[in-house]
Amino acid sequence: MGQYFDNVNDDPLVSNDVNTSIVAWDQGISDEDEMFTQTVHEYSRLRKMKYVFVAACLIFIIAAISVSVTIGSYDIGFLKVYELIWAHITDTVAEEDATADYVVWQLRLPRIITAIFGGAALAVAGAVMQSALKNPLADSYTTGVASGAGFGAVVAMTFGIVFGSMSSVVIFAFLFALIPIGIIIAISRFTNSSPTTMIMAGMGTMYIFNAMTTVIMLYADPQALKTMYAWQVGSLGLSDWSYVPMIVLVSTVGVVISCLMGGKLNVLATGDESAKALGINADRLRVFLLLLTGILAAGIVSFIGLVGFVGLVAPHICRMFIGADNKFLLPASAIFGSVLMLLADQIGMVLLATPLPVGVVMAFFGGPLFIWLILRRSSKAW
Amino acid sequence: MTTIEFKNVNFGYSEDHIVLHDVNLVMDKPGLYCILGPNGVGKSTIVKCINKINEPLSGDVFLDGVNLKDMELKDISKKVTFVPAHQTDAFSMSVIDTILIGRYNKSKWGSQKQDLKRVYETMKLLHIEDLTYRKYNELSAGQHQKVTIARGLVQDTPVLILDEPTANLDVQYQVYITEMLRAIAEKRNMIILMISHDLNITSKYAHYVIMLARPGVIFATGKPEEIMNTDNIEKVYSIKSRIIPDQVCSEKTGTCLEVAHVILDEAIMNKDTY
Repeated sequence: MGQYFDNVNDDPLVSNDVNTSIVAWDQGISDEDEMFTQTVHEYSRLRKMKYVFVAACLIFIIAAISVSVTIGSYDIGFLKVYELIWAHITDTVAEEDATADYVVWQLRLPRIITAIFGGAALAVAGAVMQSALKNPLADSYTTGVASGAGFGAVVAMTFGIVFGSMSSVVIFAFLFALIPIGIIIAISRFTNSSPTTMIMAGMGTMYIFNAMTTVIMLYADPQALKTMYAWQVGSLGLSDWSYVPMIVLVSTVGVVISCLMGGKLNVLATGDESAKALGINADRLRVFLLLLTGILAAGIVSFIGLVGFVGLVAPHICRMFIGADNKFLLPASAIFGSVLMLLADQIGMVLLATPLPVGVVMAFFGGPLFIWLILRRSSKAW
Repeated sequence: MTTIEFKNVNFGYSEDHIVLHDVNLVMDKPGLYCILGPNGVGKSTIVKCINKINEPLSGDVFLDGVNLKDMELKDISKKVTFVPAHQTDAFSMSVIDTILIGRYNKSKWGSQKQDLKRVYETMKLLHIEDLTYRKYNELSAGQHQKVTIARGLVQDTPVLILDEPTANLDVQYQVYITEMLRAIAEKRNMIILMISHDLNITSKYAHYVIMLARPGVIFATGKPEEIMNTDNIEKVYSIKSRIIPDQVCSEKTGTCLEVAHVILDEAIMNKDTY
C-alpha cells in the first residue's frame, strides 16, 4: 500500500478529523464495540418482531381453519365435526352421518383449502408485482391478468366449449389470463422494460379485454349472464376436490419460488441501475417475475374467479406492520392473504341468509379496513 | 490495483442520437477522478459504460484489461460499485436495511453480523448512525445521498463511481465527503470516479480531472493544476473566471500543496452554448 501516494497519512488536504475517521473505518471496529452491540441487539429485536407477526398470522390461520370447518348452513356440532373427520380418515363413518360427512369433506374442506392456497398465491403475486414494477397499485387487475381471465371465462361460458374432464371455463380463463402478461413482456422487449411502460401496457390490455367482455355479456342470455356475474366477483362456492390438487400445486410452487426471490427483489427495488451495478440484470429479472406471478395469479383466478382485492391489500397491510423488506414481506403476505381470503369467505357464508361471494365480502370489509389503516398510519411506509 | 480503459467508445441511444463521440480514456493510477462538464454532455453516460448499464455502440471498455463485453454483470459488480444520483424508492426500507443491500454480493449464510458491522462502521463514517431505523423515504434529499454513498462504500470494491454525490449536501458535507473520498482513494489505492459541478472543490481535492465538452467529447484530462485554467473553463462552460493560486500546508509535517481557487465571473450567454 502507499506505492502510489507518498503522503498517504499526511495529505495536507485531508484534515486530522477526516484522517482519523477514515483510519477507523478502514480498520473496522471491534466486535465488542458497545454501540455496535446495541445496534445488533436492536436489529435482531426488530427482526424478531417480523417473525412474531408471521407466527401470529400462522396461529390465527390455524385457529380460523379449526373454526371454519364447524361453520356452515348445515348445523353440525363443533366437536362432532372433528369426530367426523377422524371417522372419515379411519374409514368408520356411521351411516346416519353420511350427509354430515359429505358436508364436511366435500363442501367445507375443499373450500377452506382453496381459500388458503388461493389467498396466499394472489397476495404473493400482488406483493411481487408491486415491488417489481415499483408501483403500489400493481396487482392482477392492473397488469390485465384478471381481465384476460374474465374474458376467457365469458367466452367459454357463452360458447360452451368443453375439453376433457377439466372445466373449459378454467382452461379458457387461464389461457386468456396469460395474454396480457405476454403483451406486457413483448412490448417491453420492443421499447424498454421500465416499470411504468409495463404497467401502462397492462392497463391498456385490461381495457381492451373488459370492453370485449362487455360486448359478449350484452348479448348473453339471462341465465348465462347470472353465472358470468357470479364468476366475475369471484366465489369459492364451486370448489371441490377435483380443483384442489391444481390449486395447491400452482400456489405452492409459485409462492415458494417467489419467496426465494425476496433478496433479489430488494436489490431490484433500489432501481434498475443500482441493481445492474450489483450484478443483477434488472430487465431480465423483472420479466421473469412478471411471468412467474402472471402464471400464479392466472392459475388461481381461473379456478375461483376474479378475487382481486386480496392481491392489492394483503401486501400493503403487511408492509405497514413489518416494512418493505421482501424477504419477510413475501412470506408474510402469503399467510396474511390466506387469512383474509378465509375470513372473507366465512363471513360471507354466515352474514346473510344467502351466501355472499368472497370477492364482495373482501371488498366490503377489506376496503374500509384498508382506508382506515392508511389514515391511521402516521409515517410514510411507501 | 484495478485499471479502466476506454478505447474509441461511441455511445448513443440510436445511430442518429450519439451522446459520446470517440472516447479514449485511461485510468491506471489510483486516486480521486472528477468528471466535469455542462449539463447533458454525457457525464453520467460515460460512467455508466464502466458497469455495462450502458453498452457502447462501438469501441470497447476494459476493466483490468478484460473487455466488458466478455464479462458478466456479476463479475463486474465485484470490482465496480455505482452510486446513482439522487432517487427515492417506491417502497422504502429502514436505512440500515437499505445500506445492507450493498452487501448483496458479499453476504453469505451466517455473515450477517459481519455485514452489519461494515454497515455500522460506514454509517458512523458518514455520521448517519442516528438514522439507522428511520424509513429511507422519510429522509431529506441530503440524507438520502449519504445513505446511498454508504450503500456504495460497504461494497468494498476497488472502483467506486458516484454520480453527483454532493448535489444535495450542505457545504460542510460537500467538503467532508469529497475530502473523505480523496483520503479513501489514497489509503486503499482505489479509483474513485465522481461527477461534480463544483469547480472549486474539484480543483482542490481531485487527483485527476476529466473535462467533457459538447457534443460529448473528452475535452481535457490531467491533474487539476494542468487543466483547470480560465481558457478551458471558458471553452467548456462558457463562463469567464479567474484562478487564484493558494497553498495548503500540513499541520504535522509542514509539507505544502499548491491549490487553486476558481472565481466565476460572468456567464457568456449566446445561442451556441446552450
